[in-house]
Amino acid sequence: MRKLFADTMVIAERNLIRLPRSPDLLIAFTVQPIMFVLLFAYVFGGAISTPGYSYIDFLIPGIIVQNIAFGGFVTAVGLNEDLSKGLIDRFRSLPMARPAVLAGRTSADIVTNLLSALVLLVTGLIIGFRFDAGPLDILAGMALLLFFGYAFSWVFALFGLVVSSPEAASSVGFIVVFPLTFISSAFVPVESMPDGLRWFAEINPFTFMVDAMRALWLGAPAGNSIWGAFVWTVAILAVFAPVSVSRYRRAAVN
Amino acid sequence: MTRAGQIRDAAETGGAEPEVPRDGPAITAGGLVKCFGDVRAIDGVDLEVETGTILGLLGPNGAGKTTVVRVLTTLLKPDSGAATVAGFDVLSEGAALREQIGLAGQYAAVDENLTGLENLTMVGRLYGMTRSRAKMRAWELLARFDLADAAKRPARTYSGGMRRRLDLTAALVADPPMLFLDEPTTGLDPRSRIALWETIESLVADGTTVLLTTQYLDEADRLADRIAVIDHGKVIADGTPDELKDRVGGEKLEVRLSEPGDADRAIELLVSMTDEQPVFEDGSVKLTVRRRKGAIVEAVQRLNQAGIGIDDLGLRRPTLDDVFLALTGHAAEVEDAGQVEV
Repeated sequence: MRKLFADTMVIAERNLIRLPRSPDLLIAFTVQPIMFVLLFAYVFGGAISTPGYSYIDFLIPGIIVQNIAFGGFVTAVGLNEDLSKGLIDRFRSLPMARPAVLAGRTSADIVTNLLSALVLLVTGLIIGFRFDAGPLDILAGMALLLFFGYAFSWVFALFGLVVSSPEAASSVGFIVVFPLTFISSAFVPVESMPDGLRWFAEINPFTFMVDAMRALWLGAPAGNSIWGAFVWTVAILAVFAPVSVSRYRRAAVN
Repeated sequence: MTRAGQIRDAAETGGAEPEVPRDGPAITAGGLVKCFGDVRAIDGVDLEVETGTILGLLGPNGAGKTTVVRVLTTLLKPDSGAATVAGFDVLSEGAALREQIGLAGQYAAVDENLTGLENLTMVGRLYGMTRSRAKMRAWELLARFDLADAAKRPARTYSGGMRRRLDLTAALVADPPMLFLDEPTTGLDPRSRIALWETIESLVADGTTVLLTTQYLDEADRLADRIAVIDHGKVIADGTPDELKDRVGGEKLEVRLSEPGDADRAIELLVSMTDEQPVFEDGSVKLTVRRRKGAIVEAVQRLNQAGIGIDDLGLRRPTLDDVFLALTGHAAEVEDAGQVEV
């Protein structure tokens, strides 16, 4: 257990050291989400009615949740590169704790996720987003957000291990996760959707998560959203972490 | 670093006491089989490697060399058969086995975004060293392998030869008693190749056991104490380089004739220099000479006296193709690399 923790930290450190050396990745973390915020706030925002909230206030929690779920693409692409370059073989031939390669990757994602969430938040504050909550609730929201992002890093870890190229890893992630984020309360009120979609949106983990963020940051009625988001996150982690680790054990060079 | 030093280090870091290699052969393998779909990548491989020696696993692309290495380093589970490395079973004692081995391969598996120093430090820490100990060991190795100047540059700026050296160095971080080198010189220029050979030779002088896979007979000949020839997943010959070369026969003489019409007469004149029937291919008479010494002079004299014109002639050392021709009756077949590099 101690070895697992130590090895996880070594791998996480490795993934963070390389970050400032890949400017393209940094742009993906910062510029792209800002673009999305501006696009939604100013292009679509005027046409979407969000009773009780300004659209900026409604949007920021939604777009931060969407963005955090995609933070795992670094893990997917990175793992796939490690596989095709034979680095995974090296790790697997070392007397290290085997889950550490994945755990280190996903842990490093927490740092990059925090970074990109802060960039989004600052952008939001500049264009008019305002918290309506105490500091504890704001921090609790941030913690829940990072936990949710961590669970999705494990989903992306699996994508990275099963597909044949780094490009495929990120596009599979996009195809699977992107629609999930849109059929949720992230960008429009669920009530505005047709029945079938609305049913799906109401059980979608993204809806629970976005509603929980609105409850914690804007003082919206929480209902069961915070518990729901927490349970969904634990469930996603409980399924994808062991599946990814077992897949890693069998991973082979392409 | 000595093995004893390694154990002390682990004790200092509070890690579990590393196992020491058990007595007996460094590698034993019996009846190893591994299939990928319909392809039997290895099909009943038996090996035994004595401690402190180099075994060369010689074969063409797709013969199953890499699969053997992957099974012995616990990266793949064999479908059947059994194997031990340093006395540890590949199936039931994987964790202890991995403390005894270093693996370097044709992929130069280093993180290109990390510097040489960071790469080696990372590997050292994953072997359980403290950060400072791992760093010290990294500098030691970088100096020894002529990489100290490049220590703080990202590995992606390294040349192919440097990258391969860094990869080999990473396998040596914990000073493992058993080293697996999977085609360590494939794709290297001749100078880097010879430099790497010298490195490998110095390692074995220190008592390290090496299993080396290669497609080159000259590489196996130079480095290996014993050579196992592998083809279609089976070991088809096994012996010292000299034994193997005896089976392949001597060197090949090739005489390019000015007039292809002289072929029959030339063959008649040269047949007494060989034990096999000379052949005429691509405008040249080809034969395996019994004795290398004087073969060229003798061939020239015989043909000159008969007034047969020679455009070119030369002696060729046996290659992997010749080994396969001699052992299997067919040339080394390169299979679809996509399905065999597993």
